[in-house]
Amino acid sequence: MEDIRFTPGLLPPEAEALRAEVRTFIADHLKGYPGVKRAKSWSGADPEFSKAMGARGWIGMTWPQEYGGGGRSFLERYVVLEEMLAAGAPVSAHWVADRQSGPLLLKFGTEEQRRKYIPAITRGESYFCIGMSEPNSGSDLASIRTRAEKTADGWRINGQKIWTSKAHTAHHMIALVRTQPQDPKDRHAGLSQFLIDMKETKGVTIRPIRNMAGEQMFNEVFFEDAEVPADALVGTEGGGWGQVTTELAFERSGPERYLSSYQLLFELVREIGADAGPAEAAGIGRLAAHLSTLRQMSISIATMLESGETPNLAAAIVKELGVAYEQDMPGKAHDIAGISPRMGGGDFDQVMAYMTMAARSFSLRGGTREIMRGIIARGLGLR
Amino acid sequence: MTGTSEMANILAEAAGRLLEDHVTRDVLGAAEDGTWPSDLWQVLEDNGLTQPLAPEDRGGMGASFADAFVIAFAAGRRRAPVPLVETMAAGWLLGRAGIDVPPGPLALIDGGAVLTFKDGALSGVAEGVPWAAQAGHLVAEIDGTVALIPADAVTITSDRNMAGEPRDTVTFTEAKPSATGTLDLTATLPVARTLGALMRAAQMAGAMEGAVTLAVQHAGDREQFGRPIAKFQAIQQMLARAAARAAQARSAAETAFLALDRAGADLTDAEWDVAAAKVVAGEAAEIVYDAAHQTHGAIGFTYEHELHFTTRRLWAWRGEFGAETYWAGEIGRRVLGRGADNLWPDLTARQKG
Repeated sequence: MEDIRFTPGLLPPEAEALRAEVRTFIADHLKGYPGVKRAKSWSGADPEFSKAMGARGWIGMTWPQEYGGGGRSFLERYVVLEEMLAAGAPVSAHWVADRQSGPLLLKFGTEEQRRKYIPAITRGESYFCIGMSEPNSGSDLASIRTRAEKTADGWRINGQKIWTSKAHTAHHMIALVRTQPQDPKDRHAGLSQFLIDMKETKGVTIRPIRNMAGEQMFNEVFFEDAEVPADALVGTEGGGWGQVTTELAFERSGPERYLSSYQLLFELVREIGADAGPAEAAGIGRLAAHLSTLRQMSISIATMLESGETPNLAAAIVKELGVAYEQDMPGKAHDIAGISPRMGGGDFDQVMAYMTMAARSFSLRGGTREIMRGIIARGLGLR
Repeated sequence: MTGTSEMANILAEAAGRLLEDHVTRDVLGAAEDGTWPSDLWQVLEDNGLTQPLAPEDRGGMGASFADAFVIAFAAGRRRAPVPLVETMAAGWLLGRAGIDVPPGPLALIDGGAVLTFKDGALSGVAEGVPWAAQAGHLVAEIDGTVALIPADAVTITSDRNMAGEPRDTVTFTEAKPSATGTLDLTATLPVARTLGALMRAAQMAGAMEGAVTLAVQHAGDREQFGRPIAKFQAIQQMLARAAARAAQARSAAETAFLALDRAGADLTDAEWDVAAAKVVAGEAAEIVYDAAHQTHGAIGFTYEHELHFTTRRLWAWRGEFGAETYWAGEIGRRVLGRGADNLWPDLTARQKG
């Protein structure tokens, strides 16, 4: 365990200066925004809000300026993200593009791909989704069967993706598919990533799946002889596994890893009020103690990223802890407030009801809790 | 932004090495049977590790809390059966009250509320005082006054916590301090309690790292069904969860030490970070305790095996200088008193650079 260290990081003055700016922006744009919508934050989409953020330079903040990026630090980006999430701002339209697809294209894409796609992402106009899971491939991602075959002038894709968040609103998907048959000796070989235009490509069918909270968030996506051009390949043919692993690491330690249920804590504090009894105060205190600690750990990771490190194990630990915290929040709120929320009730009722259901997905998305613990176990030398 | 300082690296290396060499199974067993490990104490004092926080002109090293963290962590990691962290904390209190720090172990009294200071003398009964009988002096803080009391001015009845560490009952009957001073800072809570909780949080983080490390080793060595039990997912998942919570406890404790450095003359904000660290450590302790013992099986339940020297301390320290309920209540009252709209602004203001 000696190599697992979270050196306390502090945000530099330029990042703190940005905070006031973001708060003013949020106050202007989200006046009277209802609690249950705030609770949906990074699943709530609002293209106008995304464009307004893009206009402020708050999408692709750390990317090179030559592609429309902000050329700013990870710590400045951190402040913008955490302020947006703490306010429950509707950031989901551009979320995947900003967090994963953009960095992936910058790292592995061709110069042409960067020039073509990155500027529109930074303007908050171009949205992405990620095609990874398939009906028989969830945690065991390497077993995917969707395949791309070379044609005279590009690739032909056949197969199916599932649980694809935002496929119905995204302009593009970056999909992991098989370009060689499965090799039992090297399960990670023969996989490649493709950038697929979701609006223009023929042979792509999107079917929504309603989740248990009543939302339409994720989808099934079918590819039937879907033809994509040769330059749709992202990175190297056959190098998809390494690329996808990098892509997943982008999503493991940000403020979204402990703030997903912050709106419930906010409503709970408002509901309980200042004349709370000792048990209620202690319950709130425990939640606030974790919030504070997780934020510090997450900032520590952002600091490590800023100095060029790749703290994959530390990031997996923050995800493990953060997800548990977010997911346990409804249960703690239940212990403290002891209500059965009514769908027609006030903000507290509505947020409690929504979060109780939505939190179920927190330990599944972006790698299940068990997969994360497997990564930590490997870091400990157990496997 | 802060990194680990050169001083902290030196202290971590020195404390780690000295404690690893001197805190043996025999020393731990003997200490629990009542033998004061004088060699261990002497080597720590000779190397200047007992007074990192007191100013140089008062007999200390004048190091920062961030630097001292590594000593407190190592004390927990190696289960040092001496009042190392109590002496460190007491030395800081004395320094902040302008009192020269005497050599030797000091007893830190978590007794602001139970002692009275009247006409230059202390009265009252403090329970669970760490190593009072082994300390030459006791240090108490009562409403901003720090008192250094010679051990022979009080009556001490020996007692122990569940880890066999001395936790004595000290009776003050108009006990005369050898020195008193006024703290040059303000605080919302009794300062000795805050400092004690800070130290316990660091020790607990160290102890948890120790317990997880022992369990990982054992899981690699112990074979069942023809393979090391480390290969079973049930073991991997359990220890991964425990390791994550132990890492969280360390991060929280380290943050709290840093908060003390940044506090200046008002400890109110730093108390929040200490509270968070003690809460997080206490909750983690239960998970680590369970995972470490479950991995070890019956051998870990024996007195012969060394695991219990760590895990019994872990559990005992949870309750000392305020358990989770005390500190969570303190944070909760502050949060609720300030209201939901201030929760996020207050949090970000406290942790800013």
